[in-house]
Amino acid sequence: MRRYVAGRLLQATIVVLLVTTVTFVLVHLAPGDPISLLFDRPGITEAMRQEWRASFGLDRPLGEQYVRWISNTVRGDLGYSISLRRPVADVIADALPRTLLLVGLALTLSFALGIVVAVLQSERPGSARDRWLGRVLLVLFSVPDFWLALMVLIVFAYRLPIFPPSGIVDPVLHDYMGPWARARDRIEHLVLPVATFTMLTTATISRHQRSALLEVLPSDWMRTAIAKGLSRRRAVRRHALRNALLPSITLAGLYLPALFSGALLIEKVFSWPGMGLLAVYAISSRDYLLITATVLVSSIAVAVGAFLADLATALADPRIRVG
Amino acid sequence: MIASDALGRGIGAHPMLRALFRDSRTRIALVVLLLVTLGAILAPLLAPYDPTAHLDIEHLNSQPPSAAHPFGTDPYSRDVLSRLIYGSRVSLAVGLGSVALAMTFGIAVGIAAGYLGGAVDAVLMRLVDAAISVPRLLVLIMVVSLWGRLDLVPLTLLMAGTGWFAVSRLVRAETLALRDREFVLAARALGVPTPRVLVRHVLPNVIAPALVAAALSIANVILLEAALSYLGVGISTPTASWGAIIQDGAERVAELWWLTLFPGLAILVTVFACNALGDALRDAFDPRQLPRDDSDALFASEA
Amino acid sequence: MTTPLLEIENLHTFFYTDNGVARAVDGVSFSVAVGETVGVVGESGCGKSVTALSILRLVRPPGRIEEGSVMRFEGRDLLGLDERGMQHVRGNRIAMVFQEPMTALNPVFTIGDQIGEVARIHAGMSKRDAWAKAIEMLKVVGIPAPEQRAGEYPHQLSGGMRQRVVIAMALVMNPALVIADEPTTALDVTIQAQILELLADLTRRLGTSVLLITHDLGVVAENCTRVIVMYAGEVVEEATTIDLFARAHHPYTEGLLGAMPRVGGEKDRLATIPGTVPPPTNWPDGCRFRDRCPYSWERCEAEHPPLYQIGGGHTSRCHLAEEPERRNHPHPPLAAQRGATAA
Repeated sequence: MRRYVAGRLLQATIVVLLVTTVTFVLVHLAPGDPISLLFDRPGITEAMRQEWRASFGLDRPLGEQYVRWISNTVRGDLGYSISLRRPVADVIADALPRTLLLVGLALTLSFALGIVVAVLQSERPGSARDRWLGRVLLVLFSVPDFWLALMVLIVFAYRLPIFPPSGIVDPVLHDYMGPWARARDRIEHLVLPVATFTMLTTATISRHQRSALLEVLPSDWMRTAIAKGLSRRRAVRRHALRNALLPSITLAGLYLPALFSGALLIEKVFSWPGMGLLAVYAISSRDYLLITATVLVSSIAVAVGAFLADLATALADPRIRVG
Repeated sequence: MIASDALGRGIGAHPMLRALFRDSRTRIALVVLLLVTLGAILAPLLAPYDPTAHLDIEHLNSQPPSAAHPFGTDPYSRDVLSRLIYGSRVSLAVGLGSVALAMTFGIAVGIAAGYLGGAVDAVLMRLVDAAISVPRLLVLIMVVSLWGRLDLVPLTLLMAGTGWFAVSRLVRAETLALRDREFVLAARALGVPTPRVLVRHVLPNVIAPALVAAALSIANVILLEAALSYLGVGISTPTASWGAIIQDGAERVAELWWLTLFPGLAILVTVFACNALGDALRDAFDPRQLPRDDSDALFASEA
Repeated sequence: MTTPLLEIENLHTFFYTDNGVARAVDGVSFSVAVGETVGVVGESGCGKSVTALSILRLVRPPGRIEEGSVMRFEGRDLLGLDERGMQHVRGNRIAMVFQEPMTALNPVFTIGDQIGEVARIHAGMSKRDAWAKAIEMLKVVGIPAPEQRAGEYPHQLSGGMRQRVVIAMALVMNPALVIADEPTTALDVTIQAQILELLADLTRRLGTSVLLITHDLGVVAENCTRVIVMYAGEVVEEATTIDLFARAHHPYTEGLLGAMPRVGGEKDRLATIPGTVPPPTNWPDGCRFRDRCPYSWERCEAEHPPLYQIGGGHTSRCHLAEEPERRNHPHPPLAAQRGATAA
């Protein structure tokens, strides 16, 4: 077990390193840099820009910049964001929890819902209930993330102004609210993005879970369960599900990159100031350090997630856990 | 394996294909995709206006749906319906093109890794694992943002370049399973040269899951292309793309609802068809779902 | 005469496949008395397993038990029961032991949990009581260190042990009938005897009836009082074990007996029955065994033989019952003539 864990950790580290290095190189090789974009005003000469570049170390050779970046990062110093004029670490420290909140809530709800729906479908595969649920899920699975978000936004924030259209809190009034009102404010701002994200993710999870369940339904031990006198429903909910959850957990690890993409679009539509929105902003501003740091944090998040998923499977499957 | 024997015997009245076409999902999907394809091909005939023409910037910009413009106009006074029809060209071209390329490359890599094993497999799969763990949208945004908006062909290549990883892993897994099956061992024992073994024995068995992956992949690419356009980093303007139409209405999203609704529905319907087809393919190729001959039906419960 | 525990009359179970209707069980009738061990013998594809599954109504679509079939257990009509009624019977009044111990148990639940589950469902026991019951059952089936074993998972046990667990699961509620479908086929020869002995011992002590399904005549000889021979979806011979081995009537049974390796027997090649079982979607007219039979004549093609009474509870589905002199004129079976020999 221990060796397994160590092996996976090593793998994850290599992947993170690889991805970040490639990003670093790509970003620096691309035309343009933060200085040219930011200081694109008449009266600012190329000489001045060069000075700025030098002060940020942007005129050093690529290799040197890379080494400096690695050594800084390892010591926890993620650098300074030129476009936002704040330390990168601070920027990320602000954005990351917001994305985690959004994604975490949505994932939890999606898993719960997804499993329930999949079980309902699998109790009698091919039944009308199975097929209709399947169709609804297929629609949700096929809908463009950003479009669903836009439609939800239009209907529930503009046409029927029930919920606020953007942000995590009311930009003006939040600080003047009492604690209950503040909590409510936060919740109101969470509803639409979480609901949208949940709908999308539930479709994916449910489809996979149904496949996993159908995979185990013909197993001999299912037949034994029925022969023991269990109702079909109980056999599915107890025996089949317990087995079918295992592949689902592993799959959860694989969802993570897609989850990030989805979160990015949701954050954009609802102006949710998390990592996704940050990444888009950083890229368009050519803010190297911010881009690389964002990619670094994302890959770590994905790697950690995948690792945890693998670990969870190993623990949940007695065939692996108990020699 | 059933798939290989069957494909060997010839497609004709094949049980898998029969099952496939009996599935209502297949029929709906094919009808929809046919319509979209026809729309794309016949665009010049079907579109009432030039999709990039600014018709009347003063009076016809941002008009809601009307008789003259059933899907309204955008802020540049372009007819949305026409742009929608031409937009199908982008979606289909990028979708089909990139997936065809990605499949070819991915299958080749997958078979190589699975069959050759050892160091080749290890290195290739580490790279693939690393690539899969990066959110694809992020990569696409980065490349386009940093290098500028792309035309159709470069965009297709970029999509292909970021889309072959999953299929290569899938194919590798299948190849590994097949490598040790009797008929492959038998062929090799008979001295059949490796390329021939790969083409005649491994490839047919790998095609089925690859096809399923392809259908789902096309759906995914269409969604990605739309997302990129929505973010403003899609195909270079003024080419009409469904995501771009939505992007044009982003500033006043609730007011100019037709700029969001119609292209979104177009994407939804097309992607739905691809996914439905993918599901139908997967169920048709599932060995468990194959209609079994009578003795199998008995043996299933027989000792 | 006391009512038989299980009465099967005219059972037809068909499978509706794309290749036609497979008449897997085509008019099977027999009964099992209280405390009796009845063997059902036949080769693969004869319908014996489907018969077993039919009794517990475990046959899934495209299979279906046809109208006109009658199954009575403890005097009650099994086919008239609704699903809840059947759930009450399964595992409780009639239990089943399947062939593959390696896959019959759920890999993610402990042994104790799976055995206890039967008690929880049918006797409403609490988890603690059910666990204790499970340990007790493990002792009964002779598994050492039962308290420890109960907490283990199936993959930690050998095949023989798993089959003991399956038997334990079957006997928890002290069912009136145990259906054992090839319970030892997947096990090592050395273990087979142990398991069969265990089953025989326990069922004798508890007074349980057993329907033992197997293709192995040796197993039948050791354990059963009565034997039913099946072929092509039908019962072709039924007799007490002694009668069957001493005075087998149906040519198929003769063939099976001839194919048995016998200690001290001649060292020639084992006799095989030439030909193969016909496909269940297309049973031949007349006697279904005629192509492989050394005695068949025109009547065998023209007339489907009924089950003739031969006397003393011995029946045989063969026209030889009415024309025994034909036995003196054996000929190479038609299947052999056509060169289609079974492996």
